[in-house]
Amino acid sequence: MRILRRRRPRIQCPTGTPWYILQMADSLVGQTFVATAADTTLPPRHSAVVRVTHWLITLSFLALLLTGVEILISHPRFYWGETGNAGTRPLFTVPIPASRGTVPTGYGYVLPDQNGWSRYLHFQSAWLAVFTGLLYLSYGFFKGHFRRNLVPARSDLSARGLLSVIAGHLRFKPPSEQEAWSYNVLQRLTYLLVVFVLFPFVIWTGLAMSPAVVSAIPALVNVLGGQQSARTLHLFASGFLVLFLLVHVLMVWFAGFRNRVRAMITGRPATPMERA
Amino acid sequence: MSQISRRKLITTGLAATAGVSGLAVAAKLAGRFGLIPPDAGVLYGAGETLTYAAQRLLTRHSLAREFAPSQVSKVPFANAVAPPSPEFQRLQQGAFADWRLAVDGMAARPASFSLAEIKGFPTRTEITMIQCEEGWSYIAEWKGVPLSHILDLVGAAPQVRYVVYRSIQTDWWESIDMADALHPQTLVTHGMNGDELPVPFGGPLRLRVPRQLGYKSVKYITRLTLTDSLKGFGKGLGSAAPEGGYAWYAGI
Repeated sequence: MRILRRRRPRIQCPTGTPWYILQMADSLVGQTFVATAADTTLPPRHSAVVRVTHWLITLSFLALLLTGVEILISHPRFYWGETGNAGTRPLFTVPIPASRGTVPTGYGYVLPDQNGWSRYLHFQSAWLAVFTGLLYLSYGFFKGHFRRNLVPARSDLSARGLLSVIAGHLRFKPPSEQEAWSYNVLQRLTYLLVVFVLFPFVIWTGLAMSPAVVSAIPALVNVLGGQQSARTLHLFASGFLVLFLLVHVLMVWFAGFRNRVRAMITGRPATPMERA
Repeated sequence: MSQISRRKLITTGLAATAGVSGLAVAAKLAGRFGLIPPDAGVLYGAGETLTYAAQRLLTRHSLAREFAPSQVSKVPFANAVAPPSPEFQRLQQGAFADWRLAVDGMAARPASFSLAEIKGFPTRTEITMIQCEEGWSYIAEWKGVPLSHILDLVGAAPQVRYVVYRSIQTDWWESIDMADALHPQTLVTHGMNGDELPVPFGGPLRLRVPRQLGYKSVKYITRLTLTDSLKGFGKGLGSAAPEGGYAWYAGI
């Protein structure tokens, strides 16, 4: 790719090319390099690995969510400790009807049972998520994606810096064109939380419910306080991931849905000229 | 440009060939080491195969967690089962004195044991959890004969790979591989919490497989069949569970 770029004749900049495109091209290529806004030799906003893993995780997460809800419906009661069943007191109950007649829900009817295929698909999607996650993590560590794009600059972590970003969000200030090429400090912290805390925790609590896995590694469930505690924590972790998904989609909507989704598919947001 | 494309084409082609042959070798090895579940061919069989293979590599000899007597659930929960057959009711009226467990298939000495004979075999008592795939659970003390003892008694052939077990409720049958069949905690259970195994919990005889979910612990068992292949049983998917849409392996 680099060879290609050097051979390429310099292209004269059309009048009206925004300054930040030029500056971006400069900083990315590391030399004075003049390019049109639509020049496809610029490194993409999102690398191919990030784009592919983003959509694979999207696919597996939506499948996990749908099937997880179906599995929950068979027993919408949650407990703390090792055990819990319809004859014991729940920690809380999700106020929905159940797909099994043996669960006291207060509703006079039973939903259709979808557990069979839901369980099959839940675990298959979990495998897809794990393999995708491993690819993403190794890419992120070895290619500097985390260091470069997700770890916030120390200066951004000051109370003042954080507050100004939060204030901007609260005022629904639309992001500037420049911000389409980098993450702000709140985004960075949120993505780090999702990648390094929520996803590992939801996988851990999932594995802690498996009688076979905990026969090999009992500490997985023992430190959580028991198998039913693991189930309850799995629900909470999933709830936080759903909250992230909703805020994420909402933010993408505010920032310009078509353009941001385009950047995550093709790697490049549309330039102002293209949009004109 | 064309040079780069050609180099890319060659490396991609080589990588793809290596990948495909690697997968083929992995599949062959997995088959030989018993890492392919009988329901690998169903819609979501790929994920199921990964789960079974990974857990078999991780858990061949591991023991299910056992608990202290103080942790035994005060309220165990018996899930609903189909109404008992007339045959079951007849045996129940006779206090299960005529209940028998037949063992056939690839055995040197196929046999049929009465309930009294089974209760006379060496027993093991263990406090383990039973977890339903629905999400609920309880802990109980189970007493029974290790399945491995019965397999020794009938002289199981070395090539046996699965034990098929059937309930008196004819639509409920399951099978396990030898890692679970020979596992010390897999019990032909006849006692619970210091008493006879109550009927709602599977009495007089229930096969307890504590490293798998509750639906593998079939109630009212009457017959064990030792086999090297599950092809001839039902639809060949291993048990009634995949025929009803559930995974054959339920270590989760």
